[in-house]
Parts: sequence; structure tokens; C-alpha cells
Amino acid sequence: MRDIWRWSVLMPALLLAMPVLVVFTSLFTPQPDIWLHLRQTVLADYVINSLLLATGTGIGALLLGTSSAWLISQYQFIGRRYVQWMLLLPLAVPAYIIAYTYTGMLDFSGPLQTALRSQFGWHYGDYWFPEIRSLGGAIIMLSLVLYPYVYMLARTAFREQSASLLEASRTLSLSPRRHFWQVALPLARPAILTGTALAMMEAFADYGTVQYFGIATFTTGIFRTWFGMGNQVAAAQLAAMLTSFVLLLLVLERWSRRKIRYYHQGQQHQAPMLRTVSKTRQLLLLLLCLLPVCLGFVIPAAQLISWALSNYQVTLNQQFAQLVWNSFSLAAIAAGISVMLALLFAYAKRLRQDAVVQTPVRVAALGYAVPGTVIAIGVMLPLAWLDGRIDLLAEQWFGTRTGLVFSGSVFALLLAYSVRFLAVSLHSVEAGLERIKPSMDNAARSLGCTPLQVLKKVHVPLLSGSVFSALLLVFVDVLKELPATLILRPFNFNTLAVRTYELASDERLADSALPALAIVLVSLLPVILLARSVDVASKGKN
Amino acid sequence: MLNIQKVSIAYAKHNVVNNICFSLDQGQIGCLVGPSGCGKTTLLRAIAGFEPITAGSISLAGQAVSAADMLLAPEQRQVGMVFQDFALFPHLNVADNISFGLRHSTKANKAAKVKQLLQLVGLPDLAQRYIYQLSGGQQQRVALARALAPEPKVLLLDEPFSSLDAELREGLAREIRHILQQLNITAVMVTHDQNEAFAMADIVGVMQQGQLQQWATPYELYHKPANRFVADFIGRGVLLPGTMLDAQQVQTNLGRFVQRYSSALQAGDKVEILIRPDDIVHDDTSNVTALVVEKAFRGSHILYRLTLNSGEQVQCLALSHHNHAIGEHIGIRLDLDHVVLFPK
Repeated sequence: MRDIWRWSVLMPALLLAMPVLVVFTSLFTPQPDIWLHLRQTVLADYVINSLLLATGTGIGALLLGTSSAWLISQYQFIGRRYVQWMLLLPLAVPAYIIAYTYTGMLDFSGPLQTALRSQFGWHYGDYWFPEIRSLGGAIIMLSLVLYPYVYMLARTAFREQSASLLEASRTLSLSPRRHFWQVALPLARPAILTGTALAMMEAFADYGTVQYFGIATFTTGIFRTWFGMGNQVAAAQLAAMLTSFVLLLLVLERWSRRKIRYYHQGQQHQAPMLRTVSKTRQLLLLLLCLLPVCLGFVIPAAQLISWALSNYQVTLNQQFAQLVWNSFSLAAIAAGISVMLALLFAYAKRLRQDAVVQTPVRVAALGYAVPGTVIAIGVMLPLAWLDGRIDLLAEQWFGTRTGLVFSGSVFALLLAYSVRFLAVSLHSVEAGLERIKPSMDNAARSLGCTPLQVLKKVHVPLLSGSVFSALLLVFVDVLKELPATLILRPFNFNTLAVRTYELASDERLADSALPALAIVLVSLLPVILLARSVDVASKGKN
Repeated sequence: MLNIQKVSIAYAKHNVVNNICFSLDQGQIGCLVGPSGCGKTTLLRAIAGFEPITAGSISLAGQAVSAADMLLAPEQRQVGMVFQDFALFPHLNVADNISFGLRHSTKANKAAKVKQLLQLVGLPDLAQRYIYQLSGGQQQRVALARALAPEPKVLLLDEPFSSLDAELREGLAREIRHILQQLNITAVMVTHDQNEAFAMADIVGVMQQGQLQQWATPYELYHKPANRFVADFIGRGVLLPGTMLDAQQVQTNLGRFVQRYSSALQAGDKVEILIRPDDIVHDDTSNVTALVVEKAFRGSHILYRLTLNSGEQVQCLALSHHNHAIGEHIGIRLDLDHVVLFPK
């Protein structure tokens, strides 16, 4: 065990795995009183609402994502080239922001209902209008911004199906419609389910939307138990329950994918020709595909812009600049740490192909599935304990008190972000590293390069692209992250996401528009990056 | 059974297939060969119904399925097709792949049919396997069984052996021919490999630039090619110059030959005569000799390239133990059974 790679992986991996382990070890400290109370009152709500929210969002994202992916992958219509990347735009809108925006538009005092009342002379109670602040409303909001996960994966899966499969179906006297149900859909199923599982994990993790809509779920329950009832262990136990649901989902998803590698047999194949239809039908297809784009991005973004324009003289001030500075510097530091860890882990995996290195890396990368609320609890508990110890020792030995060295500082936030987003940066860096074949290293060495020169002349130039996209992805994810930031931020330290949440909670929706818009605009950057890769891929295939 | 009448296919006014006619009787196996881009695959896809035709007509079992203004959908034609990449459904096992086209049968009938077909293609124990568990040759047979299951009027095979190892191809082609003959199935295969075509087909069409150059048995194609393209494309050989002595006799540097067919040729016409490597027999006792300039060892035979005293080059297929070095003069004799002449 004197291998430096093993130690340099094991230590940080253990640190990153700690929060989840802490959350689960809380189960060994039973809290019978509070659980009796929870069982008698809200626990059933937490379980049912969380499951309904995740399932409903999964179904919504599945329907929107799969249908748009099928239309884009099969039909030629006007504007298809643009719509196929525009369908990714809702990824830039965090769920809580779309929820605030639609609430502002559809509430009793919102423009739509006001217009209806003045048009028809109705008054309060005269008419029925769907209540946006409901479980159904939350499901719609989440589906609208999470369907791109399904869309992206399903679109690739459909395009990768060989044209001869459709022809084979037809010579076996199947109509194209039956081919969709009997061949195309079953073949794309693993990809579609992976996208759906991602959307469901996000739904389980959501805090901002359900808190604002007043729906009792696990995430709001964890907040309530921690801050409202002051029982941190019981909060951690709730967090462990929520994590178990998510991990179960993860296992189901892995299981559904068990045969995926056999579905691509590396047969030479031709992507199917796009079907041509009449002009009227093309227009219909265009409108169908634009619908999720408008609902999930264009309308909320337009509302945010109009709010922000209406009051930017008041809101665009010194305080806003401070918010931007806080958010950006925090996100940049977190991105830097996350990518450095990813590089370390990716190289260790490449150089040491054994379980001692592979397993901890894989465990550490599970953090992306764990809701931010859970990670925050898992970071807070041990750090608060550690701070208490340090404080005590310092008082005994030096006669001074140190206060909250770790749990009250940015350190706690950075640790939580590293746990949550390691998988994002690791995925990107590993994909880049995979392209550098070991034979390239050998070639460079045989041409007279030292290992350091190989790194400089071969790896750095080839990896820089993936490192950059890893930085960008983590940066944006940190910027959007709400619940962990809310729990762990140092006293009086505000970010764009937290300020948006606070203003919206105070029903100052118009004032929250400026920070929200800032988040959406920056979040567009990785979406554009993604859209470009979609474009390149489709150019190669069409 | 299959009747192709003056079929043309065009993309954007550019004719890819031009005025092609042929027909196959029940149980006959036809094969289209030609260099890539000659239009053979397009024609096959037109028979399947994937390509509309711009002129002529295609009929299956007396029913018109394609015409200039008519295209019966592939799913309504009852054609079976074996694809170049097999296009087997990876989410189904072998049995489900084979019964895929039998949607209106009962469960028992399906099972019986699957069993019978697997027996026929020689894979009786693989019904429950998934496609990824099969070798290329086994996938090929499953693809054949799947195409045959709905009892199609005609079976189409699009370069069915191109993704298999070279040593598998001819054996499998003969085996499939045997299966198709047992079932008395009408079939059309497309390939660029003449050996596959010869192993498989009763009748072969040679295509070039959208035109059907010749539609004949393998024997006729080799020994009585209709034109220079077919003579060059099928088999090996060289064209030697000659002069007609009268309508039947031709004088060349290798001697005087008589062609048995009537022709419009007259005395004094310049012609070329097709000489195959097997027309030149190596004979140590012959007093005609030629210089060995190149040799290729073929196991049972050696293929020599020889320069005649008059300067022309010919090829000679000699038995393997007649091993001569490059630069040697060897005796040859011409044994020309079929005299093939092309006017110059």
C-alpha cells in the first residue's frame, strides 16, 4: 500500500463519501418520540407526495422527451435544424425559477386571470381556474424543464437505429406505426429510461418548487425537522429514507440497462432517411415541437425579462453586484476543485486498474444521485461536531474560542458541491481521457518523450476541451444549486439562487426576476455547448 | 413469378436504372452482379417497394406492384428480404425474430414454423439465444429464416454475404441455394462477387451503369459473353487482335479459328478474340512457345502471364506441378472451345 496513487485517491474519495455515510449512520441513533409524531402527522404525506412528484415528473418528461425525439429523428420539416437544439433550452431554467414565473403569470392577481376577469366581468369565486400551486402544478413545472434529459438520449437512440431495421419490418408486413411500437421504441427503451430516471432523481431532489407551492415532501420535511423542530438526527434519518428511494431508482435504472451494450452490435449501418410530408403537416410538426420549447423556456424567459425591465432601476444596484460576485466566485472555486478531483480520479483509474482505486471513485461519484438537501445534512453534522471539538480544545489549551471553523465557513459549501457535482466533472474528464488511447502514450514515448513531455505535448492539448466543458458544467450547476446552499451558506452570505428564493418567498416575484434571469442567462452557456455537439453529431449522420 | 418490364429508376432526372427487363419462374434463383454503383441494389429495393420506379412495371405472381404512377407499400407485397447488415432485431431472441412476420398465426403455429425453419437452416438448438450471442454465419441463417417465415412470393437478398469472412461465403451460398431449392422459392440476390453469384444462381444478370448487359446462365456468361464489358467483368482473359478470313474464320497470331455462330462479319474485318486462361493449355511438347513474365501460385494451379513471340500477352492456367521460372520459355497449345469475337 505504498502506492501513492492509491492513497491520493482513497483519502479524498473517503472525504467525499462521508456525507452520505453520516446520513445513513444516523439510523443507528433511534429517535422514537419524533418518529411517532412524524408517523402520526406528516410522514405519509412526505412519502406519497415525493413518490407522486417523481413518478408524475418521470411520466411527463418521458412523454414530452420521447415524442419530440421521435418527430425530430424521423421527419423532415421546416425549421427542424433549429428546433432540434432549441428543444434543449429548458435545461437552462432551474425548476424553482419556472415555478415562480408561472405562479406570477397564473395567480389570482396575475395578468391572465386579471384579463379574464376584466373581459368577462367575473369576480373572485365566480369562476374556476386551475391552481398552479399544487402537486399537479409542480409536476408540470418539473416536466417542462426536465424533459430534455429524455429528449437528448432518446433522439440519439432513435438516430442510431439502422435504416434497414425499418425496412426489415416492412418486408415482414409491419406498417411504420407498428414498427415504432414493436421495434423502435423497445430498442430505445434503455436510453429513454435512463433519461426518465435522471428526471425523477431531480424531482426527488427538488426543494425550491415544492417549498414554494407548499407541498409536503421529503425535502421540505427535512428542512422542517432540522430547523423547525431542531432535531438534526431525525432530519438525517428522513434524508436517509429519501436517499434510499433515489438509490432504488438508480438500481432499477442500471437493471433496465443491463443489455444495452448488446443493442449496439457495431454493425455497419445507415441512419434512416428523414420522412418527407406535406407542407401543412410540416407546419403541424414544427408547432408540436415548438410547444415544449415555448412553455419550458420562451414564455418564462420573456416574463422574467419583462419583470426585470420593469424594475431594474431599483434592483440593479450595489447589492446585486455583490450577489453576482459571491455566486460567480463560489461557483468558480467549486468548479476548479471539482475538476482537479476529477483529473486526479480519472488518471488514477487509468493508471491503476484495480478495485482499490476503482471502487472508491465509483462510490464518490454516486453523489450526483443524492439530493442536495441530504448532502447538506451529511456535511453539516460531522463538521459541526468537529468544530465543537476544536472550539473546546482551543479553549482548554489556549484560552480562546475558535467558533465554527468549518461548518460556518465556505469550506462546508465547497465540500457539499464537490460531493454533489464530482460525477459531472468526472464524466466529462473521463470521456476526454478515453479518447487518448494508451497506444498514443506509447507512440510518444517511443518517439523520445519523457512521461512529463507526454503529458504536456499529448494529454494537455487533447484534454483541454473536456476540462473546459467540465468547468463550465460544474460552474453552472453550482450557480443553480439551491437547498444545499441555503443550509450551508455562511451567515450573511447570499448568492443569486438564495436571493431569488428569498424574494420569491416574500412574494416579491418581480424583484426576484433579475437574479433569476442572471442564473438563466449563465445557464444557457453549457446548453449552447450541448446544442453544438448535437448539431455536429447530426451533420455527421444526416 | 417475378416480371420486370422495361423498368427505369431515376433520382432527380438522372437515370440510375435504365430500361431493364427480365423475369423469373417459380423456384428460379436470379442474381444481379456488377460493379458498385451499377444500380443493382436500387433495382432490388424497387422490387421490395422501397424505391418508386419512373417507367415500366414490376409484377409479382401476376399482380402489378410497381409502375410509373403506382407503388404498393413494402408491407403489402409479400416479399422477404435478407439485408446486408441482417437487420435482426437485437431486443428479440432468435425465435421471436423468426416469428416476427407471423402476426396472424396462432402461438402453436408460430412455434411449429420456427422449429421447422431452424431445422432447415441448421440451427435447431438456438431458438432462445439473443442475436449478440450468435456468430456472423448464424446471424445470416436466422435472417434467412426470418425472411422465409411468412412464405414470401419472392425472396430478395442484398449482398447477404458481404459482412462474412471470405472462406464462409461460397459454402454458405451453396447451402442457401440448397435450402431455397428445397422450398421451391423464387429469389433475387444482389452481389458484386461473381463467385457467389455462380454458387447461388440459376441465372445471372450483369449490370453496368444502370443497364442490364446480359441475362444468362453462369456457363453462358463465361463462355459466350454478350459484349466486351461482360467478357472483362466475368472471369479472366485477354483480347487478342485478329482478322476475319470470311464470315466464320478468323486469323490470329495463335492460329486460325472457326466460330460456329452466324454473324455479320466479313472477310478483312478487324476483330478481337477472347482468350481465357484455361483456353491456353501448357504443353511441353508443343512447338509454340511463350515467355513467362509473371506467375501466381494458386495451389492446384499456377496462373502464368506469358508474352507471345508476336508481343501480345496472354494468361495460362497450368497444373501446379508444371513449375517454371520467370524468364523461361514454355510450350503452349490453344484449346479454344468457344470462339468469342468482338468487332474492333
